[in-house]
Amino acid sequence: MKCNDFLKELTDYLDGTLTEGTKAELDEHLHWCHECHVVMNTTKKTIEIYRDNQIYELPESLRTRLHQAIMSKCKGAKPGKKNA
Amino acid sequence: METIQKRAGEDVSDELSLVQAAKAGDLEAFSELVNRYDRNVFRIAQHITHNEEDAQDVVQDAFLKAYQNLGQFQGNSKFYTWLVRIAVNEALMKLRKRRNEKTVSLDEDVETEEGSIPREVADWSPNPEQIYGQSELSDILKKTIQGLPPGFRTVFVLRDVEGLSTEETAEMLGLSVPAVKSRLLRARLQLRERLAKYFRSRKNGDGQREVQ
Repeated sequence: MKCNDFLKELTDYLDGTLTEGTKAELDEHLHWCHECHVVMNTTKKTIEIYRDNQIYELPESLRTRLHQAIMSKCKGAKPGKKNA
Repeated sequence: METIQKRAGEDVSDELSLVQAAKAGDLEAFSELVNRYDRNVFRIAQHITHNEEDAQDVVQDAFLKAYQNLGQFQGNSKFYTWLVRIAVNEALMKLRKRRNEKTVSLDEDVETEEGSIPREVADWSPNPEQIYGQSELSDILKKTIQGLPPGFRTVFVLRDVEGLSTEETAEMLGLSVPAVKSRLLRARLQLRERLAKYFRSRKNGDGQREVQ
């Protein structure tokens, strides 16, 4: 397996959606290829950093305001009217 | 390895009955649906538009449109999947207006090769996020993801931040499963490449590529 072949499978490798056979081939490649090992580890870390640090949380005060605005607009509308 | 997934929209047991009640005009039921998903919709809208004011509009417009179109919701997909599809379309429209362009779409810049081939192969510090304070880290993450084309960052946000499956993401965006996978790979690699300059190990002095 070459590094380019490894890269093509990287997303499925990280998502754990590969067959046992393909996964074993990738593990074998990782065993001796330091560069792919670093790319795999740092890509995994990239995903974890974005997942664990939610950068766009909705502040509670804004949430309340938005909720009130949505419900007030809905009161003036009819549910499912587009298909009525 | 364990799968990197965090689920939204999983509690479907009573969801269909909430949707049915809302269709019949029960505002309390619809209010409960808003409570369940407003945070997710806000995050997705912020990631696509990069603009808090636009994101607030998207949250309001998406829920209102969902309410007005409940009659078209057939229940053969999850309410959340259907709602996000509406929200993504609203967010892309906002982005178009903001940029004063007609061409912003999920296909934009998809042919770029940038980041497809890793150039930065120095390892990162063991706990890279601890190098920076929370607000500095947050700025780095925002700046980095905002540099991705809309089609890439939308797929990354739905799959990796919101924890949706490839199939759900494909359905929400009207893309094929292979198209989602291809965009996701390139989004992940581009983000990795861009974050490397902040997070790579400094143990070799200047953080330049280590001798292999």
